[in-house]
Amino acid sequence: MAEFFVSLDPKIAEQLQYLIDNVPFAIWETFYSTVLATLFAYLIGLPLGVLLVVGEKDGVLPLPKALMSVLNVVVNLLRSVPFLILMVVVFPLSRVLVGTSIGTKATIVPLFIAAFPFVARLVESSIREMDRGVIEAAQAMGCSPFQIITKVILPECVPSLLTGFATAFVTILSYGAMSGAIGGGGLGAMALNRGYTRHQNVVLWGAVILLVILVQIFQTIGTRLAVGMDRRLSDKGGKKRGRKAAMKKASNERRIGGSM
Amino acid sequence: MIELKHISKVFPTADGEFQALTDVDLTIPTGDIFGIVGMSGAGKSTLVRCINLLERPTSGQVLIDGLLDESGQAVDLCALPPAQLRQARRGISMIFQQFNLLMQRTCLDNICFPMEIAGVSKAKARERARELLETVGLPDKADAYPAQLSGGQKQRIAIARALASDPKILLCDEATSALDPTTTRAILRLIQDINRRLGITVVVITHEMAVVEEICTHVAILEHGRLVETGAVETVFSNPQTEAGRRLVYPEGVQIDRLPPAGVVRVAFNGGSSYEPLIASLAIDCGVKVNILGADTRNVNGQAFGTMLLGLPEDQTEAAKAMSYLKAQKDVTVEEVHDYHG
Ligand SMILES: Nc1ncnc2c1ncn2[C@@H]1O[C@H](COP(=O)(O)OP(=O)(O)O)[C@@H](O)[C@H]1O
Ligand SMILES: [Mg+2]
Repeated sequence: MAEFFVSLDPKIAEQLQYLIDNVPFAIWETFYSTVLATLFAYLIGLPLGVLLVVGEKDGVLPLPKALMSVLNVVVNLLRSVPFLILMVVVFPLSRVLVGTSIGTKATIVPLFIAAFPFVARLVESSIREMDRGVIEAAQAMGCSPFQIITKVILPECVPSLLTGFATAFVTILSYGAMSGAIGGGGLGAMALNRGYTRHQNVVLWGAVILLVILVQIFQTIGTRLAVGMDRRLSDKGGKKRGRKAAMKKASNERRIGGSM
Repeated sequence: MIELKHISKVFPTADGEFQALTDVDLTIPTGDIFGIVGMSGAGKSTLVRCINLLERPTSGQVLIDGLLDESGQAVDLCALPPAQLRQARRGISMIFQQFNLLMQRTCLDNICFPMEIAGVSKAKARERARELLETVGLPDKADAYPAQLSGGQKQRIAIARALASDPKILLCDEATSALDPTTTRAILRLIQDINRRLGITVVVITHEMAVVEEICTHVAILEHGRLVETGAVETVFSNPQTEAGRRLVYPEGVQIDRLPPAGVVRVAFNGGSSYEPLIASLAIDCGVKVNILGADTRNVNGQAFGTMLLGLPEDQTEAAKAMSYLKAQKDVTVEEVHDYHG
């Protein structure tokens, strides 16, 4: 290794060394901020997405029209604020919630705020795809609204929700990369602060390629998990075709939902 | 007994209100298999969904046998608070054209579902579910997922699930309309068997007259949201009193005013008499002899239903005589056959 570096342009060698020293920690920072932001986003976004469907007039649990309007407006407003602006705007909130407005920990707050309305819409569209007949059958059996949500809607939507989860995770990961701009950490910060600002192209491209690889890995795992768990595809005859169609649908969904 | 009293249903739509049901009065006896027929869009589904309040009537009452208040007075289902309505619904099961099974659960877990809702212990529910799989003839499908089953098998699982809550009433909304004729027959047999063995009142919604002929004892005809005719299947089918009834029972239509040329006629028996006395009386009353070219009669609830092909005599006036005699019969319809080959 050492001899290999010596034979290189010293500038490049220095950048490679920087990558080797810092990439593991950067990946860790990217990973944990994404995981935490996704987790919190689902904590709010999942129930919110469910409410957006079941709370409608002809839904399982009709809610007051005014409340539904408020929920929709909040979701739409938050989704229309550009992420960079949002990050700056929520500085004070970050200080309250995590005690600081800079660093990787602090970026979790704006990530969460940008992501939960996005997650709510993903969940909403997953649930809307569901066959109404099954819900009616459950109603006819005497299920309460809560039972319908927890025992029918959510379990029946698991494959689609998982596809959405993969989309949300990689979207939050790539948005997290922007947080380098306000002092966050991770691969994005490395690419921006080191690679771009200091014209260290090797660091820039190294970090970008790693980000791309991470996104691909998580997206593939998520899609495969969703398809693998779907019991609608287990019929022997239509197995191959069904699976292919499901994979295609999953990747379409990703493209549609690809932006917070 | 199910009593529907003055049921009306109005749907608000984009271009005004749509009256789907108008003042429907209907009594369905306990233990009956009751058919509700009508053209597509007549309001059959809406009506049957009013029985378990999947659709809430705009006005009217739904009275279900055994559902009484403290003073022994029949309770209107529409007046029940949500929790009590849910309780009442457990006694009224429903099966659907599209089966509506939970696709992410195994067949066994689908059948367990109503018991899970009712708080039956898991072990007990599984035991009962296995019995029900036996009842519907699919004991080996416990661990299969609905996607692995044929349409008929899915409907059997749906029926097992419907029985899991020990209902008093089974509502079937076009339950066989997505199935082929052979499977339809098998499912109807199963429903009939359940009705006889368990005494469950069955309400069958269908646009297929054959389904009603096959299993129903009573039938109601619905047209444009109004109940136009109701009675025993034999009575209504052999001699429909209304235009709507005739259209349903004889969709091909019977032309009364045009005498057909001599040749082959198809005679349909709609219950009531069987064919031998008719042919005999034709000879005695008119002195006309006809040839029986073929017959396919079925016995529905102890009465003859079916068709027979008759060859009319060459003589034009004799043939015409036979035709008018046949047409005068109450429970018989006659139509000429143009494409008869040997
Ligand atoms: N939710 C609804 N909103 C508006 N119109 C409806 C609704 N449900 C049914 N209808 C209308 O009511 C009529 C009867 O429908 P339905 O009961 O499904 O008929 P059937 O089951 O006899 O074919 C149809 O014209 C249908 O368009
Ligand atoms: Mg219908």
